[in-house]
Amino acid sequence: MKRRFALKAAWAALAVSGLVSLPALAADTIKVGVLHSLSGTMAISETVLKDVALMTIDEINAKGGVLGKKLEPVVVDPASNWPLFAEKAKQLITQDKVAVVFGCWTSVSRKSVLPVFEESNALLFYPVQYEGEELSKNVFYTGAAPNQQAIPAVEYLMSKDGGSAKRFVLLGTDYVYPRTTNKILRSFLHSKGIKDEDIMEEYTPFGHSDYQTIIGKIKKFSSEGKKTAVISTINGDSNVPFYKELGNQGLKAKDVPVVAFSVGEEELRGVDTKPLVGHLAAWNYFQSVKNPTNTAFIKEWTDYAKAKSIPGHKDKPLTNDPMEATYIGIHMWAQAVEKAKSTDPDKVIAAMSGQTFKAPGGFTSTMDAKNHHLHKPVFIGEIKNDGQFNVVWKTPGPVKAQPWSPFIPENKGKKDEPEKK
Amino acid sequence: MTVRAHLLLAWLVVLSGLSPAALALTTEQALAIAAGENDSRIEALNAAVARGDDRLAAFVQAMLVDEVKVAGDRVFIVHDGKSTDAASGAAAALPEGAEDVTNNNRTRGALEAALAGLRVLSPDVGVRRGAVEELAKASLDESSLPLVEKAYAAETDPGLKRQLERMRATILVSSSDRSKRLAAAAELASSNQSAVASLLQERLAPDSESDAEVRIALQQALSSVRSRLAWGERLAVVFTGISLGSVLLLVALGLAITYGLMGVINMAHGELMMIGAYTTYVVQNLFRTYLPGVFDAYVLAAIPAAFLVSAGVGAVLERGVIRFLYGRPLETLLATWGISLVLQQAVRSTFGAQNVPVENPNWLSGGVEIMSNLVLPFNRIAIIAFAFIVLAGVALLIARTRFGLFIRGVTQNRRMASCVGVDTAKIDMLAFSFGAGIAGLGGVALSQIGNVGPDLGQSYIVDSFLVVVLGGVGQLAGTVVAGLGLGVLNKLLEGVAGAVLAKIAVLVFIVIFIQRKPSGLFAMKGRSAEA
Repeated sequence: MKRRFALKAAWAALAVSGLVSLPALAADTIKVGVLHSLSGTMAISETVLKDVALMTIDEINAKGGVLGKKLEPVVVDPASNWPLFAEKAKQLITQDKVAVVFGCWTSVSRKSVLPVFEESNALLFYPVQYEGEELSKNVFYTGAAPNQQAIPAVEYLMSKDGGSAKRFVLLGTDYVYPRTTNKILRSFLHSKGIKDEDIMEEYTPFGHSDYQTIIGKIKKFSSEGKKTAVISTINGDSNVPFYKELGNQGLKAKDVPVVAFSVGEEELRGVDTKPLVGHLAAWNYFQSVKNPTNTAFIKEWTDYAKAKSIPGHKDKPLTNDPMEATYIGIHMWAQAVEKAKSTDPDKVIAAMSGQTFKAPGGFTSTMDAKNHHLHKPVFIGEIKNDGQFNVVWKTPGPVKAQPWSPFIPENKGKKDEPEKK
Repeated sequence: MTVRAHLLLAWLVVLSGLSPAALALTTEQALAIAAGENDSRIEALNAAVARGDDRLAAFVQAMLVDEVKVAGDRVFIVHDGKSTDAASGAAAALPEGAEDVTNNNRTRGALEAALAGLRVLSPDVGVRRGAVEELAKASLDESSLPLVEKAYAAETDPGLKRQLERMRATILVSSSDRSKRLAAAAELASSNQSAVASLLQERLAPDSESDAEVRIALQQALSSVRSRLAWGERLAVVFTGISLGSVLLLVALGLAITYGLMGVINMAHGELMMIGAYTTYVVQNLFRTYLPGVFDAYVLAAIPAAFLVSAGVGAVLERGVIRFLYGRPLETLLATWGISLVLQQAVRSTFGAQNVPVENPNWLSGGVEIMSNLVLPFNRIAIIAFAFIVLAGVALLIARTRFGLFIRGVTQNRRMASCVGVDTAKIDMLAFSFGAGIAGLGGVALSQIGNVGPDLGQSYIVDSFLVVVLGGVGQLAGTVVAGLGLGVLNKLLEGVAGAVLAKIAVLVFIVIFIQRKPSGLFAMKGRSAEA
């Protein structure tokens, strides 16, 4: 009796100290890793993905788990520190022996963990839109490729309803995703007859907080020619000072619209959106999309946020595109494991192809048979007074991803499936 | 209304080919404006504006604030939970399944221009002024010419008449009549709007203007508008430089006391700012919960609160750790760095690792428009003013008060000060906690322009040391010059080389400068005891 008490106390101590997230009391669980920054500049975007992953895992467990076993999440914090992502990934795979990892937001973190996953033949589900130019057998990309977000957004800006923009400011944080996306966009704009002097490219460091000069430059650029639009690939908490400055300096959407690829409902929390009405974002999901699946998804999240008293969300629950992508990814993985009757990565990878899931975005998302990307619809939304988005344009149905953008010449002839090793 | 205006109106109506009888908004018209393809909606809207329907202004206003709903072929305005029929204005029950009207930038722009068009004929000069400003921002085409002509003819205020004349020129510059284009180009030369610059640029494109004489006139107009706009740009660089400089000054001022005067290498200085910023957050939440009526005043209450909290933490640090380490800079550095980690983790455990939202009060949102391309945001202006008020306070306190005299005495010659009866230990504590309090004030300012998170201090600690060292240790004036100088330099470089390169260039500059002048801009002169 005494010994058992001591054991319990030890477990309690361990749990309290936070060294283990959940002690593995039963052997018949499947461990899954959650690898999102819970501190640092990316915490603004990633923390909620950790929460939605835990919610989805709870949901699956409540329905009996996978292969009759409960899922057991292992949460780690790579703290917006790219090398630490690789270390934590290694720890999840080799030490915790997780069957799959859901995680990463920035492409630099994905690039950092990629060798770890390929080396140990493990599985990563990446839930965020990105620049493409990558296709690994060990990664499933549930966010958008450039042709599912960036290209349609620019086409919209050039259309009559989007303001017939003729000049473009490509503004981003200085790392691989914005640089590559802007490379693709520049060559896309060239193909539309836009010349280099009508394109301005600007980068700021991670965590940049003084956007006065940038806004000034945008104003100057927009006065030097025809209708100008800004394409923002700013990531992380820099978006808050950027949008604050935009509002304070009175740059209105109908004069110079800003379309963002990494700003959703969550990033705009705490920003006064009244001066920002009309600025745009392109995603594959918005909270304001109306359909029964989404209503149920939002309700599930609202209840979960209240029950777990998640800061911010317990009072004002918000959902966004990467949350939806996380939700889809975990469900699809669970379906694939059921189909493969095993958590072995190779069997799961084979079972993933052609998986379908009724997504909150209102369409049935399909995992491509070969290229590890989802077929997703594209929405373009304008910011409303209340920080939600008003969908002003959407594709008629899901779009197949092109991870190798046809607008980069070197991509010619690349196969639309991972290289076999 | 004069007879002439009547005639003009009649002419207008004839021009747009519509019968003058339809002067009330009908359900069909409201529906055409609210639903359907954007092209046809805008067309319907412009037609209605040309007719001048009397209920149109209210309807357009409701459209702009998303209060219009459509059910079947009826249109409703829902305001404060009460729904009225858009055409008749009579109260009407909203049917089940009524849908919101969605507007995008294009339709919103058209609606705003329409509203301005309706108001530009208002008898109230203030309303007209607002409408003219709104219209000046919209890109007008030939279809708005009758409206502008009408407003121009009816206008009595000379300033507004001038603006309307220029507005007419922005339309006529694309006219098919050569002499009109020429006159319009000359007229536009006096503009200071950036929109006019881009319009002229557009007209100068090879395929849009073929007449050589008009081209020359356009070119001249463009260069004179550009030279006016260039002033706005120059002033903007100066303003943003001073604004960044004032932030640097605020974050470095506290350090100028603890490091500059007392010689304590305080690596926890950034965290003291962070504590100030979090205090602002807590005060904001308290106001929201208990005093929502005066929420906008929370920043004012946060200023003393942040000072006291940070000063308190500073006093505890000094008594608990730093006083044992005077004269041992290396140990002080390590100990304060450790403290900074402890403080960060403490905040992370209390408030969470994520950034906390600090809202700008209403009076700190938005900005004042000096020129069409120069808007000075209120929060930046407030921080510049705040920085100089704090600076004046610190300078007065150090130079003019007994406490300041003691600080100077103790830092310059501790033993002598002690001999003449100054309680040096107490002065040390007070001076350190005063410096910490100033850091807290810096935190209040930072919370209004950037993110508030546990890492807030880290991003400013390097900057604040740079400012103090560059200015010359022990010199308040040096800190001021270095802070403002670095701010302006950084912004000048950022304009040329971009944010990433500017940051590197500034650091390189500082390294070279310190090598040439190790004691900083303002070196301490004379035989200082510790120098």
